[in-house]
Amino acid sequence: MTSRDGRTTAPGSLLIRGGRVIDPATGTDGVMDVLLSDGKVAKTGPGLDAGGGTIIEAKGLVVAPGFVDVHVHLREPGEEGKETIATGTRAAAMGGVTTVVAMPNTVPPIDTPAMIAYVLSRAAQDGVVRVRPAGCISHERKGEVMADLAGLKEAGAVAFSDDGNSVMNALLARRAMINTRILNVPYVEHAEDASLVDAGVMHEGRVSLRLGLAGRSPLAEDLIVARDLLLAEATGAHLHVAHVSSRRSLEMIREAKARGVPVTCEATPHHLVLTDEAVGEFDTSAKVLPPLRSEEHRLALIAAVKDGTVDVIASDHAPHGPLEKEVEFAQAASGMVGLETMLPLALEVLVRSGAMDLPGLVRLLSSAPARLFHLAGGTLAAGSPADVTVFDPELAWTVDPRAFSSKGRNTPFAGRKVRGRAVDVIVGGRIVVRDGGLV
Amino acid sequence: MTTVDSLSAKDLLGIEPLSRDEIQLILDTARTLSDVAKHPIKKVPALRGRTMVNLFYEASTRTRTSFELAAVRLSADVVNINVQASSVVKGETLLDTARTLEAMTVDFIVMRHGSSGAPHMLARNLKASVINAGDGQHEHPTQALLDLYTVREKLGSIEGKTITLIGDIQHSRVARSDLIAFTKMGAKVRFCGPPTLLSADFGALGAEVHHDLKSALTGADVVYVLRLQFERHRMGLMPSVKAYTQQYAITSERVKWAKPGALVMHPGPMNRGVEIAPEVADGPTSVIVDQVANGIAVRMAVLYLLEAGRTKRAAAGGVS
Repeated sequence: MTSRDGRTTAPGSLLIRGGRVIDPATGTDGVMDVLLSDGKVAKTGPGLDAGGGTIIEAKGLVVAPGFVDVHVHLREPGEEGKETIATGTRAAAMGGVTTVVAMPNTVPPIDTPAMIAYVLSRAAQDGVVRVRPAGCISHERKGEVMADLAGLKEAGAVAFSDDGNSVMNALLARRAMINTRILNVPYVEHAEDASLVDAGVMHEGRVSLRLGLAGRSPLAEDLIVARDLLLAEATGAHLHVAHVSSRRSLEMIREAKARGVPVTCEATPHHLVLTDEAVGEFDTSAKVLPPLRSEEHRLALIAAVKDGTVDVIASDHAPHGPLEKEVEFAQAASGMVGLETMLPLALEVLVRSGAMDLPGLVRLLSSAPARLFHLAGGTLAAGSPADVTVFDPELAWTVDPRAFSSKGRNTPFAGRKVRGRAVDVIVGGRIVVRDGGLV
Repeated sequence: MTTVDSLSAKDLLGIEPLSRDEIQLILDTARTLSDVAKHPIKKVPALRGRTMVNLFYEASTRTRTSFELAAVRLSADVVNINVQASSVVKGETLLDTARTLEAMTVDFIVMRHGSSGAPHMLARNLKASVINAGDGQHEHPTQALLDLYTVREKLGSIEGKTITLIGDIQHSRVARSDLIAFTKMGAKVRFCGPPTLLSADFGALGAEVHHDLKSALTGADVVYVLRLQFERHRMGLMPSVKAYTQQYAITSERVKWAKPGALVMHPGPMNRGVEIAPEVADGPTSVIVDQVANGIAVRMAVLYLLEAGRTKRAAAGGVS
C-alpha cells in the first residue's frame, strides 16, 4: 500500500530487542522490546516474541520514535546539483530522521497543488524516508498574492511558509493566517524584516564590525516575531516561528505563550552550538540565515529550549555546492547542511551539558514536531506507523563532509569530534539504515 | 630592538595577524628603504626576476601607483590588471581569475576588492603572496603601516600618543586597520562621528567612542580625518552633508581643540570643504603629502620582507 507521503509499508514483522525504549508520547522509558508488524508498531514491552520475523538487537542502544524534522530543504525540483529527494532523504535516514517537512523554496517554488503532487510522486519513487511537503504562503514566494492554500492542503501540504523570506506585507500575512487557521495547518514564518536587514550578511555585532561585513541585526527578527504574535493572537492561527535566533524574540514568544497565543517555534543545532565567532576569517560555511549570533543569544536559546519556550529541534538542512560557497563572503549563499549532524550536536549541547535529559531531547525530535504539524508517527504507541530510530548516544565519530549522504558538504562542523549516531533506522517497517549504513 | 627579520606569513591580509615585532620590523625596514628614493638611480635589485600583479577591482590611483613604484624600485616586474577589460565582466569567478594568474607564475598579488574577505579567499587557494590593498570595509593594512610610519617620523614615537579618527568610521577599512595598528603599538585610538557612522560596538574592539568632536579632539596628538564615503551610504545615514559639516568638519578653529602642533592626516582622496577645510588640509601641521611619500617606502618594506620570508621558508624545506 502506498500512503500519502509516498511510503510503502513492509509486510511481515520485526523485533527490536533489549534496547532502552524512550517514547515520550506514552511516557515510556525502560529496557524492553518493540515489535513491528505490517508497517505498524504492534506492541511494546518486555520479552516479546519475534514470531519468526527479523530481529534487531538493541542492547545498550536507545530505541526512539523516528525523528521528525520540520525544516528541510531537499532542493528538488530545480536545484538537483545541490540535493535531490534521493540524496536528501538518505541524509535524513543517516541522521535518524524518518519524516522530513520539505520546504517549498525550490525552483520553481512549491506554490500550486500540482507542485505538491510532483514532490510526493518523486518522493514515492526516490525517497527512503517520509517526505511531507510544505506549500508556499504566496505565489512564487513573492509576498504579493496568496497561494491556493486550500488546494495545497488538499494535495498534501502539511505547513505553509515562504521560507527564506518573511511575508513582508502585513495584510497578506493577516489574511494568510486567517486561512491557515481555517485549514488547521501551521503558518511557518522565516522571521527577518527584509527592509531592516538591508545588505547584512552576518550577525551585527563585534565580529561583523571587526570583519567589516554588513550586519543583520536581531531586531530584524524581533520586528517580524512581534508583528506575527499580534496577528496570531488576533486570528487564532497556529504561528510556528522557524529557526529562532534572537534573545528578544524568545522573550516575546515566551510571554505570548503564557497569554495563550497559539505560537510554537523551533531551534536549530547550529544556533544552539555556534556563535558568530564561527565565521572566523570569512568562512562561508558558517554563513546562514538567520545568522549565527553572539553568545548572549545562544545562551538565551538554550535556556528557551530548557524551559519549553522552544517546542522542537529542526535542522534547517540547506545544501549548497562549491559554486555557491567558494566565493566572496558577501556573495556566498546562506545555509548549511544539518540532517546528518543534528542528533550528535543536540546531544552535546542539550543533554551532555545537563540542560535536559535524554527523553526530553527525544520528545523535541519526534513526538513534539509530529504533534505540532499533525503528522502520523513520533510515537511507538501500538498502531502507530513503524518509524523507529535506534541510536547509540555515546558512539564517537568525527564529522567528515565527504562521507555525507547529502550532496551538500557545506558545514562549519567539519572535523568536529562528536558523540551519538543513528545505528538502525526503520521507516514503515522497512529497515533503511542498518548498523550505521544505508541499506 | 626587534627579534624578527622577515614576515612569517605568506600573505599580508591585515594588521590583525601581525605581531608588534613584525610591525616594528616593517617600519625600520621602510626607514632604510626610503633612502632609495634619494639616490640618483632609484632602484635596488632585491626583487629582480619577481613578478607582482596589481589586481584592482575598485578604482584607485594612489594605492595602485604606490605599489607599482614600490615594486619597480625593488626591480620587480609589474603587471596591472584592468578589471573592467578583463574576463571578470564575462562572469569569471574570483577564484578562477586567481588560478589563471597563478598559472602564469606570479609571485605577488596586490589586491583591492569591494568585498570584505576577498583577499583571504584568494590567499587560501594560492601559493603566491597576497597583499591586501583594501578589502571592502575590513582592512587596508599598508595604509595603517604608512600612517604609523608617518606618526613615528613626525612625532618621534607612537607609544602613548592619542590618535583621533573623525568621520565615516563605519564604512572605513582605514579606521579598522589604524585602530588595530596604533593600539598594538601602544597608542590610544579615539573614534568620532555621528552614531549612524560609528557603532558603539567599536568600544569592544578597543576604541574610545565619541560623538562630540570637541571631547574627541581634546588632548589628541593626531587629527586623522576620514573621507565621507557617499558611495556606500544608503537611505540617509546622515540628515544632510551640511549637517555633518556643521558638526564634524575639521576647520582651522576646531583643529585648535587638539594639542598644539597636532598632526593632521587624511588617507585621501579628500572631499575638500566637506570633512576637511582646505586651509587645514594645506596647513602647517598637515602631513597628508608625507603620507603619500611614505607609502612607497612602507610598501617596499612589505614586499621585501614577504620575499625574505618566502626565501626563509624555502631554505627550511617548506614550500615557498
